[in-house]
Amino acid sequence: MNHLLLLLPLLIPIYGALLCLFSWRNVALQKIIALMAQSALFVTAVLLLLWVNANGIVLTQIGNWPAPFGITIVADLFSCLILLSSTVIGVAVSLYSLYGLDEQRQRHGYYPIMLLLQLGVSGACLTGDLFNLFVWFEVLLICCFVLMALGGTRPQLEASIKYMTINFLASGFLLTGIGVMYGLTGTLNMAELARMVRTPDPDSHQDLVTMASMFFLVAFGIKSAVFPLFFWLPASYHTPPVAISAFIAGIVTKVGVYAMVRLFTLVFIPESDFTLLILSVIAGLTMVIGVLGAAAHYDFRKILSFHIVSQIGYMIMGLALFTPLALGGAIYFIIHNILVKTNLFLISGVVAKQHGTFALKDLGGVYASQPFLALLFGVSAFSLAGLPPLSGFWGKFMLAKAGLETGSYLLVTTSLVVSLLTLFSMTKIWNEVFWKMKPVAENTNTTEATPHLQFLYFPVIFLTCFILFISFFAAPLINLASRAAQQLFHPELYMNAILKPPLK
Amino acid sequence: MEIILPFLIGILFASGLYLILHRHFFKLILGLMLFSLGTNLFVFVIGRLTRGGSPIIDKTAETATVPYADPVPQALLLTAIVIGLGIQAFAIVLIKRVYQSFNTNDLDELRNAELIEH
Repeated sequence: MNHLLLLLPLLIPIYGALLCLFSWRNVALQKIIALMAQSALFVTAVLLLLWVNANGIVLTQIGNWPAPFGITIVADLFSCLILLSSTVIGVAVSLYSLYGLDEQRQRHGYYPIMLLLQLGVSGACLTGDLFNLFVWFEVLLICCFVLMALGGTRPQLEASIKYMTINFLASGFLLTGIGVMYGLTGTLNMAELARMVRTPDPDSHQDLVTMASMFFLVAFGIKSAVFPLFFWLPASYHTPPVAISAFIAGIVTKVGVYAMVRLFTLVFIPESDFTLLILSVIAGLTMVIGVLGAAAHYDFRKILSFHIVSQIGYMIMGLALFTPLALGGAIYFIIHNILVKTNLFLISGVVAKQHGTFALKDLGGVYASQPFLALLFGVSAFSLAGLPPLSGFWGKFMLAKAGLETGSYLLVTTSLVVSLLTLFSMTKIWNEVFWKMKPVAENTNTTEATPHLQFLYFPVIFLTCFILFISFFAAPLINLASRAAQQLFHPELYMNAILKPPLK
Repeated sequence: MEIILPFLIGILFASGLYLILHRHFFKLILGLMLFSLGTNLFVFVIGRLTRGGSPIIDKTAETATVPYADPVPQALLLTAIVIGLGIQAFAIVLIKRVYQSFNTNDLDELRNAELIEH
C-alpha cells in the first residue's frame, strides 16, 4: 500500500495520458480525464506529504533490486513539497485550459502532453538515481518542446527552435556529467554516489568530482535559467498561449533548481569554497540581470519571464549560503514562486482574453472594468515583490537573515535592492494595465466578447487562496521547509534510508 | 587503438558545437546529431572499455569471469540513443515547419513581427 502511494504520482499521469490518447477525438472526455487525473495527483501529493512528514524518508526499489543496483524511487520532504506545488498549479492550469485555450490546440493533444509533462516533473522529484533523473528530464523536455510548438504560429516556431537547441545542449552536458560520475565511482545511485564521494579512496580523484559537478552546474543552470545561461527563457516563454506558458513558467525551471539543490547538497560536497563562490556570484548576477531585463520591457509576459530569471537567483542564493536556514528559505521561496508566477501568468491571460493584447501600451483601464481582477493581481504582484505579510516576504526574510548570519552582506544587499526593483516593475504593470485610461485603439476589432470569461477567474482565485494561505499561515509551511532543509543538510539520513541493506 | 577514441569524441563535440552555432537550419540539425553522438561515445568510453569478456554469469559459476565488460554504460547508451532519436526526429519536423512557415533557411531571417496569440 505504502509503495503504491509512492508510485501513484507516476502512475496517475501516465494512465491519464494514455486514456486521453485513447479518447483522441473526444475533447470533452479528455478534459474530464485530465481534470480528474490532476485532482487525483493533488490528493496523492497531499497524502504523500503527510506520510513523509510522519515517517521520514520513504522509498521503494523498482523491481525489488537492492539499492545501489536498481532504480530507487524515494521521497523526502523537499521532493514532496515541490511535487505538491506542481500538482496545485497543475489543477489550476487544467481548470484554466477548459475555457482559456482554443479548440484547435485542445484537439491536437494538449491534455495528454500536459499529463506527460506532469509525469516528468513527478519523476524528476521522486527518483533517487542519477541516470533516471536524466530520463525524467528528457520526458519533461520533450513535452515542453511539443507544447511550445503546439499550434505552430510563427512566433511559437521561432521560440521553439531556440528552446529546443539550448535545452538539447543542456541534456548533452548533463549526460556527459553523468558519464564522468559513473566513470569515477561505478555507480549511479545518488545515495551510493554520495557515500563514495564522502569516503574517497586514495586513488580516486577529488578534483575530477569537482569537474563533474561543473557539468551538472552548467546543465541544470541552463535548465533553470541562471545568469549567463538564461537567454533562451525570455525569448520563448511569452509565445505560447497562457494555458501552456503558465505551467511551463511555473514549474520547469524550478525542477532544474530542485535537481541542482538535490545534487549539490547530497552528492557534491559544497563546502569547497570554489563551488560556493561560483554559486554566490551566479545568484547575485541572476537576480540583478533578470530584474534589469524586466525593467526594460513593455510586454506583460516578457516582464514576467524576466522575473522568473530574477527569482531563480534567490533560490540559488539559498543554496550558495548553505546554512539550514538559507536552504529552508530557498525551499519556501521555490514553493511561493511556483504558485505566484503561475498565477501572474494566468492573470495576464485573463487580461489578454478580454483586451486582445499583452503589450502594456495598448492595455489600460482594467481596474475600472474589473476591480476584482486588479485585487487578485495586487496580491500576487506584491507577494512577488516581497511585501509583508505576503508570501514572498517570508522567503526573502529567511534568506536575508541567513545571509546576515553568514556575513555575506553584498549578496543580501543585492537581494534587497532587487526586491525594490521587482516592486518597481510590478508597479509598472499596475500603472499601465490597471490604472491608466484605456488608450483609444485605432482598429477596434480587438474586443470581441469572450464567452465564459468568468470561468477563467476560478483558477486564479484558487491559486490566490493558496498564496494567501501560505502568507498568513506561513508558520506550518516554514516549519516544513526548515525540516526539509534539515534533511538536505544531513545527507546521511538519505544515505542510511536507501543503503540500509534490506537483505532477506 | 584507444587513444583514437578521445580525439574522435573531441572532434565530434567541436564540430557539433560549431555547426550548432551556424545560422543554417540544416547545419543546426547536423550539429545536434554530432553533439549527441559525441556525448554518447563519451559515456561509452568513460565506462571503461573491455574487449572479449561478456558479463554473463556461467551456470556453474557464482560470478562472471573477471575481465568482463561493464554492461551499465551500454544500457545507458541505448537509452540515450533512443532519447536522442526522439529529439532529433522532433527537431527535423520542427525545422521543416519553420522552413515552410517562414520560407527561409537562415536563422537570422526569422522575424517575430506577428501578433502573439493568447
